[in-house]
Amino acid sequence: MSNIIKIKKGLDIKLVGTPDKKLKEITPSGTFGIKPNDFPGITPKVVSKVGTEVKAGTTLFYDKYNPKVVFTSPVSGKVSAINRGDRRRILEFVIDPDGKNESETFRDDKPENLSREEIKENILKSGCWPLIRQRPFNIIPNQEVSPRDIFITAFNSAPLTSDINFIVKDDFQTFQTGIDILTKLTDGKVYLGIKAGEISNPFANTANVEKYEFAGPHPAGNVGIQINKIKPVNKGDVVWTLNAADVIIIGRLFETGTYNPMRIIALTGSEIEHPQYYKTLLGTKISALTKNQIKNNTVHKRFISGDVLTGEKVTENDYIGFYDTTVTVIPEGDKPEFLGWAKPGFNKFSFTRTFFSWLNPNKERVLDANLHGGERPFIVTGELDKVFPMDIYPLQLLKAIIIKDLDLMEELGIYEVAEEDFALCEVVNTSKIEIQKIVREGFDFAIKELG
Amino acid sequence: MKGLEKYFEKIKPNFEKDGKYEKWGSVFESFETFLFVSAKTAPKRGAHIRDAIDTKRLMSIVVMALVPSLLFGMWNVGYQHFLSIGTDAGFWQDFVHGFIKVMPIVLVSYIAGLGTEFVFVYIKKKEIEEGFLVSGLLIPLIVPVDIPLWMVAVATVLAVIFGKEVFGGTGMNVFNPALLARAFLFFGYAKKMSGDKVWIAGLEKGQHIIDGFSGATPLGQFASATKEQVANGGFKIFDGLHSNIISFYDLFMGWIPGSIGETSTLMILIGAAILLFTGVASWKIMLSGFLGASALGLLLNLLPDGLNPYFELPFYYHLVSGGLAFGLVFMATDPVTSAQTEKGKWIYGFLIGVLIIIIRVFNPGYPEGTMLAILLMNAFAPLIDYYIIRANIKKRLKRIKVKA
Repeated sequence: MSNIIKIKKGLDIKLVGTPDKKLKEITPSGTFGIKPNDFPGITPKVVSKVGTEVKAGTTLFYDKYNPKVVFTSPVSGKVSAINRGDRRRILEFVIDPDGKNESETFRDDKPENLSREEIKENILKSGCWPLIRQRPFNIIPNQEVSPRDIFITAFNSAPLTSDINFIVKDDFQTFQTGIDILTKLTDGKVYLGIKAGEISNPFANTANVEKYEFAGPHPAGNVGIQINKIKPVNKGDVVWTLNAADVIIIGRLFETGTYNPMRIIALTGSEIEHPQYYKTLLGTKISALTKNQIKNNTVHKRFISGDVLTGEKVTENDYIGFYDTTVTVIPEGDKPEFLGWAKPGFNKFSFTRTFFSWLNPNKERVLDANLHGGERPFIVTGELDKVFPMDIYPLQLLKAIIIKDLDLMEELGIYEVAEEDFALCEVVNTSKIEIQKIVREGFDFAIKELG
Repeated sequence: MKGLEKYFEKIKPNFEKDGKYEKWGSVFESFETFLFVSAKTAPKRGAHIRDAIDTKRLMSIVVMALVPSLLFGMWNVGYQHFLSIGTDAGFWQDFVHGFIKVMPIVLVSYIAGLGTEFVFVYIKKKEIEEGFLVSGLLIPLIVPVDIPLWMVAVATVLAVIFGKEVFGGTGMNVFNPALLARAFLFFGYAKKMSGDKVWIAGLEKGQHIIDGFSGATPLGQFASATKEQVANGGFKIFDGLHSNIISFYDLFMGWIPGSIGETSTLMILIGAAILLFTGVASWKIMLSGFLGASALGLLLNLLPDGLNPYFELPFYYHLVSGGLAFGLVFMATDPVTSAQTEKGKWIYGFLIGVLIIIIRVFNPGYPEGTMLAILLMNAFAPLIDYYIIRANIKKRLKRIKVKA
């Protein structure tokens, strides 16, 4: 019934700290935060100033260049601070919850009773719009442009990430509602990428979508890879992408008329005592999860909002990123290693067989955030291609970005990729180049040039 | 090692910004990161776990892969020398003699090359790039043993400056630096790089040499074989004493005259196995190189007899003589100067193989073509990539047209 696509290139990195399938609900306490930096290309304009009483779904700020795209509070409470950084750039909106769990009211209706404009209006107003992202450039889409298709990935393949099957298990009906809503927003199709070879996959019964099964190593679960295999993005195309978990938030909006950005977050990593899942809201403080969960040893810890491949280094006092469904804690690894490059390396992770860890490839390892070397120009060729399963030349595209040649970037496929698709390239790169950063810079440059 | 670590921590501030020796910061860093893999961790955004491999590890694997050829080369230098003076010296004396001859070349190459690199480290204020760790060992292995040391030094310095640093350092160069060094020597001091006398230690001086001893390489003998000789019993090549025929087996094992490290195909294949198993070098380039050389060699074999005696050399002899194997395994696979696309690597390697045979067989001047073939293809590698990438671009454009 559905189509199976096999991904051959890629790499599954086995790490210690996968979460147990246990769910713990945490009641909203402490503060919540929304960080404008999570949305590349957005210039925030404040609506709710410090001291404003807000409900879930009350606008905190909007995008200066597209005022219809608003960003709302995840909980009811009071804006207690707007923290700014250099040049008064807004870093975060902090909300003190009042425990009332009130939400602004939005339209609740069946998808079939609503027009496309009404649906868009509702999603925009509630603050669900930023959950949707577009290719090219992996940014929040412009509401005036209808997408060619919508792509949703229903599994994570990156190491130490949440199991989406587990997340949607109890909310499958709401997920279906969300899908039904999304089908009304495109003239094309809604595609769902699911993991191949799972006997009881909850997504197998999803209606109104085109299903594709994906087999193979990471990045098989990346929506960008799936688009590339199903129906690639051409110049001039716009497609939308979503996480399956976020479809639920949209579904709930139309079922209940409330903004309830419930998130099931996986707390993972080798430095976590009991890795497992937590039910909470978008914008939760990291410490609300990690409190009493961090291993008590002298190892320096790195807190990551997101997964080990694409996340952001944060502190315990930061808030979980808008798009993140994982919080990871690994050793920082900020220690010099005597002649480290010359050791046999029985326990060092490498995609090559240059260390003796090839004797034991399936062992779950504890990896730290050390770079294991200095930055160099690109030297080795072919290593990126081995973990990049698109019909794109990754090294050449990166070089086109570095020399800021827009035509060449376009020709080499910049519209089809996102940073996350390059994450493994960055991991295996011998020259330790910040590849995902280069990709983002390429997007920023292209957006600026194309106007 | 804690003590050393503490010592480096203590003196480090002197080399940092506003320190006493700020100017030497990059030089200090080069030494520090050689001793200690740095404590630097992944940036705020991006991949937080990284492969343990770095350029130091990469280059040291290549150096390791070169060691069998180096050790064998040392022994062979001694063996050939004692053969020429008619002494059966035994394994250890052969090796020690070769070691004494070869080590100075290795040292001069490293000292001259790394010295130059450090000048650029100082000027560019950037940590040293490890590329020369490999080049520094490649250079001694592709020169004749009696090369004067000052020539090695001059060629190495020129190769590092004009072959690499003017382009921006390792990763930016167009030509393989070690081959460039050889090319400098070859065209600048041709007398010391070719002929029948340079390949065996002491032969030029001519002391104690047995009367009539010849130091011609097998490749040289192939090239100078006449029609009559070939017609009467095929290619017969002899060792220096003219007493024993050199067989395919001898060529493969490598106890023949030649550049220091290039003679033993067996040792080169051990190196190749290390490079391929660890995933450091491209098997596509190696394989297609051997295929290209075999294909053209075979084609020439199939041509009617009598055109050119060299055409008739069985193609598999080409693969084990001269620098073909060494060049394909260690020089053609240099990732920086070879084709960078996977399809391009097939074409690049194949053409190197073909060109080696063309230069060997059709060119009357010198019997070997590996160096020139690889340098030539270094120059053409970007062109190959260009066409491969254009094909990908066209495919992408076609997608739009199909839709429209």
